[in-house]
Amino acid sequence: MPEISRDEVAHLADLARIDLDDAELDHLAPQLAVILESVASIASVEGLDEVPPTSHPIPVTNVFRDDVVVPGLTAEQALSGAPAREGQRFSVPRILGDEQ
Amino acid sequence: MTRQETAELIPFDDVVASYDPALGLEVHVELNTLTKMFCGCPTEFGAEPNSQVCPTCLGMPGSMPVVNGKAVESAIRIGLALNCEIAEWCRFARKNYFYPDMPKNFQTSQYDEPICFEGYMDVEVDGETFRVEIERAHMEEDTGKSLHVGGATGRIHGADYSLVDYNRAGIPLIEIVTKPITGAGAKAPEVARAYVAQLRDLIVALGVSDARMEQGSIRADVNLSLAPKGSGVLGTRTETKNVNSLRSVERAVRYEMSRHAAILGLGDKILQETRHWHEDTGVTTSGREKSDAEDYRYFPEPDLVPVAPSREWVEELRATLPENPTAKRARLQAEWGFSDLEMRDTVGAGALALVEQTIAAGASPQAARKWWLSELARRANDTGFEIDALGVTPEQVAAVQALVDSGRINDKLARQVFDGLLAGEGTPEEIVAARGLEIVSDEGALSTAVDNAIAANPDVADKIRDGKVAAAGALIGAVMKEMRGQADAGRVRELILEKLT
Repeated sequence: MPEISRDEVAHLADLARIDLDDAELDHLAPQLAVILESVASIASVEGLDEVPPTSHPIPVTNVFRDDVVVPGLTAEQALSGAPAREGQRFSVPRILGDEQ
Repeated sequence: MTRQETAELIPFDDVVASYDPALGLEVHVELNTLTKMFCGCPTEFGAEPNSQVCPTCLGMPGSMPVVNGKAVESAIRIGLALNCEIAEWCRFARKNYFYPDMPKNFQTSQYDEPICFEGYMDVEVDGETFRVEIERAHMEEDTGKSLHVGGATGRIHGADYSLVDYNRAGIPLIEIVTKPITGAGAKAPEVARAYVAQLRDLIVALGVSDARMEQGSIRADVNLSLAPKGSGVLGTRTETKNVNSLRSVERAVRYEMSRHAAILGLGDKILQETRHWHEDTGVTTSGREKSDAEDYRYFPEPDLVPVAPSREWVEELRATLPENPTAKRARLQAEWGFSDLEMRDTVGAGALALVEQTIAAGASPQAARKWWLSELARRANDTGFEIDALGVTPEQVAAVQALVDSGRINDKLARQVFDGLLAGEGTPEEIVAARGLEIVSDEGALSTAVDNAIAANPDVADKIRDGKVAAAGALIGAVMKEMRGQADAGRVRELILEKLT
């Protein structure tokens, strides 16, 4: 039986930058547990060992593009939806974390 | 300041007397494809900010990536050149984290299915060969470039805000990761440098990247740990990020070894963290603490189908590989008639390709070696540039040697031509003309200078008249001084002896 603790949900929320308060954590943690449980029910299918895990529903490989330039956006178009800009660059709030 | 930060560095010789270093190198190679990894945006260096972007590399909703086939080809060729296995089937994965230079909030990378794995490269240091085992080489994409505004130093700390240019976001990267390199001992710094240098040469020979460290198209992260000598264990490592020159790779390893030893000497533990390298001061400072909590929640990229290179394709690409670097060095050494030591110095200075091209441009092997290793290596060292970034080309060096060979300048004057080349004064021919460096072949002027030297040094002249020919050196010196070096010393000697014997 898969379980997900309230602490794990809090950690995931933190990684995903989702601000959850105590009440929301209490509410969501059991819901996620139910989802995990539902997915885990697949394990009860017989002969599962012989089925490779599927990440793509269509059995296609090697879809490649030629190395040819395709016109994209102008800087003006790219910046048109930006909340803040300076010159031709996007302006973003102070970065507290460190580079990856 | 903690006591670790203020601990006095341990001298290098003492470090290697007590500890075994283990190295690990992660090198990112930016490919020179015309377009990005997952979209058709151009990749030209130095374009106006945000002028080479599209909805895909800006991470806009609904945009879909498509893999650049040429980038896959380059990845496989790099892997083959590093003696790697090529995956029969592999996928891309999303590496999830938040950072403004990465607009999708994930980097499309590869996780547990790298396209290339289990290879090696033999690295030569001082005539000794070290086998560097390659763990993997995988495909991923570069991030945008941030400009930190405000704060004293333009660095991230203390900045008020940041400005982002996404032209670089999505450019194909190959990340090449070594297994821990142990057993290098005191040579660890040189092995690290030689590995990156040789890898760069290989990348150049493959033609898959501009391979310019100063432009960031090859970037090295240096992992280092120390373990008590003979213990056979691996200590806690630190990862020094973005070390962007060969010289810095060596210095960063040396510095971290001394710093680790200082902390271990206090009886403290090394904190597993990333470190920033400071090119100007030659030290590293603490970056981000790397804990097990680091959780990128990798999962297979649903928008891209798997890559399954056929064995036929892999063999076709294998046939395009350049000559194996070790075999090539042996061949060139034989062709050039270099001694082991001369060859080792040439390779060690990162000048092999430069010497090769200089010879191709017409210079003799010894002349090409002499200029690059004595004159230009020294200047590179003095200025802190890589030797191939000095701004002097193999063709120019060959042209300077041609002037020497034709007797129009001598080696001493040639050094002034290099001064001129470094100062951007034009071609060797133009510099000789502009600086008036040509050797004076006017016999009348030479004869007068010789007469003056004899008159000014009567006692030396008498010695020569008495048969002490060795004394001529003093007069030759005086004549060369008067001619500002622009005379053929051999002819001056002949004239002196003619006049005095």
